[in-house]
Amino acid sequence: MVNCPEIADKLMSVGQAVSRFIPDGCQLAIGGFSITRNPMALAYEIVRQRVRDLHIVCHSHGQALDVLIGAGCVRRLEIAYGGNGRYAPTCVRFKKAVERSEIQFEDYSNFQMSLRFLAGALGIPFIPTKSGLGSDILRFEGFPPEVRAEPKVASRKYAMMQNPFSEDTDEVVLLPALTPDVSIIHVQYVGEDGTVRIKGLTFADVEQAKAADKVIVTCEEIVPRSFIREDPDQNCLPSFFVDAIVKVPYGAHPTSCFNFYDYDPMHLTMYHEIAGDDLRFKEYLDAWVYGTRSWEEYLEKVGIERILAIKADPSIGYAPGLVRK
Amino acid sequence: MLEYSDNEMMALAAGRLIKDGAIVFAGTGVSILAATAAKRIFAPGAVIFFESGGIDPSLNEIPMAVADPRVMSGTSVNSGLIDAFSIAGHRRFHTIAFLGAAQIDRYGNLNSTSIGDYFRPVTRFSGSGGSCDAASFASEVITFIQHEKRRFVEKLDYLTSVGWYKGYDSRKKLGLERGGTTAVVTNLGVLKFKDDSKEMYLSEYFPGVSIDQVIENTGFELDTSSAVEAAAPTTDQLTILRQEVDPQHLICHV
Repeated sequence: MVNCPEIADKLMSVGQAVSRFIPDGCQLAIGGFSITRNPMALAYEIVRQRVRDLHIVCHSHGQALDVLIGAGCVRRLEIAYGGNGRYAPTCVRFKKAVERSEIQFEDYSNFQMSLRFLAGALGIPFIPTKSGLGSDILRFEGFPPEVRAEPKVASRKYAMMQNPFSEDTDEVVLLPALTPDVSIIHVQYVGEDGTVRIKGLTFADVEQAKAADKVIVTCEEIVPRSFIREDPDQNCLPSFFVDAIVKVPYGAHPTSCFNFYDYDPMHLTMYHEIAGDDLRFKEYLDAWVYGTRSWEEYLEKVGIERILAIKADPSIGYAPGLVRK
Repeated sequence: MLEYSDNEMMALAAGRLIKDGAIVFAGTGVSILAATAAKRIFAPGAVIFFESGGIDPSLNEIPMAVADPRVMSGTSVNSGLIDAFSIAGHRRFHTIAFLGAAQIDRYGNLNSTSIGDYFRPVTRFSGSGGSCDAASFASEVITFIQHEKRRFVEKLDYLTSVGWYKGYDSRKKLGLERGGTTAVVTNLGVLKFKDDSKEMYLSEYFPGVSIDQVIENTGFELDTSSAVEAAAPTTDQLTILRQEVDPQHLICHV
């Protein structure tokens, strides 16, 4: 491991990060978006350590969420979108779990979930929006009443309120803040001082991290203080928000990481096909998750051919001409 | 004249509806083909942005998801979801959201959540994503959907995204000050909404498609009295689609 005295107590392996910060039943926010910057190395480790009964909160999520649901780690979900774009218009294990009533779920929209994280980050109990008026998101409450009594679960899905600053009828939707136990994100850079930098889009990762009690960051590179402080405009989280840092190159595979690598279309397509069959999905987990004891073993299984095929051209951020069918 | 696919016809039919200077909220699939076609052919001053936070990317390759690294490349600003939705609803701009759905009703309301009972669905879909938000906030919505009876339904199984709600001024009464679905683009034609009742009607049918075919594939009564045949894509338009917009033919030929 790199020698970084300022963050020596935070640097650890994915195994240590999961066993220390992600207990059974915790509320977990996953960073990234569909096929980009999913903290996959952490997700696989959560599966390996057989963490159970997770309550996941996210906006649009794809691969990491689907693997966690398929592996039986998730009991409850608050979500806006479960999909991998064109590679899985609906994530397969998510779809099956809902159709088979294997998980408790609550639907919100992307903006609503992002605002809920923002409210948590700001330390306010709720946040108003006009999004969703008239929709069934406000008509159906997914969680049964007993779930509402549990810690970190809002007492109701939303509330309506008349705008107190208007004489006219003007109703707004109030959404409860989210304060997850843990947020996990995968980023490009962490400085040796613990400063976090995300390249490309940040999605709601920063709000998610600031809303959480604990934050685990996996990264492509741990870079010198001089590098991360030379251009602080690009930094998004100071060190004191971060509890655990793990260097995991290609740690978002098979999802993408802007400037470092593209998503892996072959892997995502294979996964989509396999995930539909319970037995084959189990074999997938055996081969790719339980069967790979280290991240190096996982990457060896991915193979140098794929690693080179998806390597990004850093001048444009993705792998131009990559076969993506 | 060149042969063309349904997706190409849909992209061009939608692209024609975009006025120069519009701010377009794009998705994936036909939606991104249409948004890029609009910019490269019909409305060069249009700006495309994504709910994930990518604003005005160069789009030299087709993104396969709204979080594809291609939506972060060559952008004017890379931001996040809260910024993106604040643009979608910004009072200063005319924004047009391109949305897809599993079901649509006569008022352009959309379902992208589930079929059957919500708690024990026969089929579960991805869920709203940003669709509910864009439908709440954008100045206009253009919806892309395959024209099938099971999709054009009398009653949605779940109302994910509000169009004209129950018609007339019911959308405004909900508290949604602007917006509403202005067009629905299918593999058979283009449908629009009546000024007063906000009921869907057939505006254009594509070359080779009959009005009866549209009626047979629609699960509710549809006024077709003012329908005209749409212009076929020109060779120039198809060449731009295939060589510039989707050079890898990821969406064009599907």
